[in-house]
Amino acid sequence: MAITLAHYLVVAAILFVLGVFGIFLNRKNVIVILMSIELILLAVNLNLVAFSAALDDLTGQVFAMFVLTVAAAEAAIGLAIVVVYFRNKGSIEVEEISTLKG
Amino acid sequence: MLAAIAFYAFAAVLVASAAMVVTARNPVHSVLFLILAFFNAAGLFLIAGAEFLAMILVIVYVGAVAVLFLFVVMMLDVDFARLREGFQRYAPIGLVVGAVLFLELAFVLWAWSPAPEAAGLRLHPNPGAEVTNTEALARILYTDNVLLFQAAGIILLVAMIGAIVLTLRERPGTRRQDAAAQIARAPGETVVLRKVPTGAGLRVLGILRPPPAEEPKPLPEPEHHGHGEGRH
Repeated sequence: MAITLAHYLVVAAILFVLGVFGIFLNRKNVIVILMSIELILLAVNLNLVAFSAALDDLTGQVFAMFVLTVAAAEAAIGLAIVVVYFRNKGSIEVEEISTLKG
Repeated sequence: MLAAIAFYAFAAVLVASAAMVVTARNPVHSVLFLILAFFNAAGLFLIAGAEFLAMILVIVYVGAVAVLFLFVVMMLDVDFARLREGFQRYAPIGLVVGAVLFLELAFVLWAWSPAPEAAGLRLHPNPGAEVTNTEALARILYTDNVLLFQAAGIILLVAMIGAIVLTLRERPGTRRQDAAAQIARAPGETVVLRKVPTGAGLRVLGILRPPPAEEPKPLPEPEHHGHGEGRH
């Protein structure tokens, strides 16, 4: 009962689908949408690490590190935008963010 | 065998906590489940042999990103009950899209098999057990991928500056410390030396500090500065 690549891929697929489902489910709450995006990126990282281990190639882990970096930057910027938006509007509902629509 | 048990435990808790992240009623609980999910993903990374990434995941994600989420969720005074309106309305389409996506991924996984020449196409083969995972990663990162590494640093710098610029707020009414004005102060403009004859009180000379107090009020009751009264 060895752990193979397929096990990791299934877990990552479930995680990815849960993240996408979270985006649909919490259409109004930006913060939970950002958390869902973090889950999706985590699933991607899991895939990269699983392939890296299966192929015995370290490139996947290096790439996962870069994904981690970009995810951290994205979370910081996204949360800063949420804070500024809340300061201006008093709400973080996604559907109200349509001021630029004209 | 032990690795398999650990894998299934980590994977089960990971999936369960991810499901709780997206369905929890309180966003604070969502963040806490997100932290749990990150911990379990770090466990999966450890089983896969990516020790450095596992530690980075715990430090960066749990220590920085999740705490940042927690800060924002607790700082914003959001009416989360209103944000959950339409939860049931969006659930069916979300389930449909998620099911379709999962089925597609399952088909891909079912029909996919690694190419036989994949093992020969490796860019950075794992050096083996005599080099630790961290050192092997560093050898790749600081040689072949050094430009990408620098670009990642620039991305982080830009994100940091962007977050500060976005959230920095200049309030006009607040009094701030002006270090330059404090350092530029000369003693001549703040200190006045006066000759006081022996025996003459300050009031006799007309020097009162603070100066604009025309009517010297009687001294108030001696304030009790003890610690036991609970006053500050």
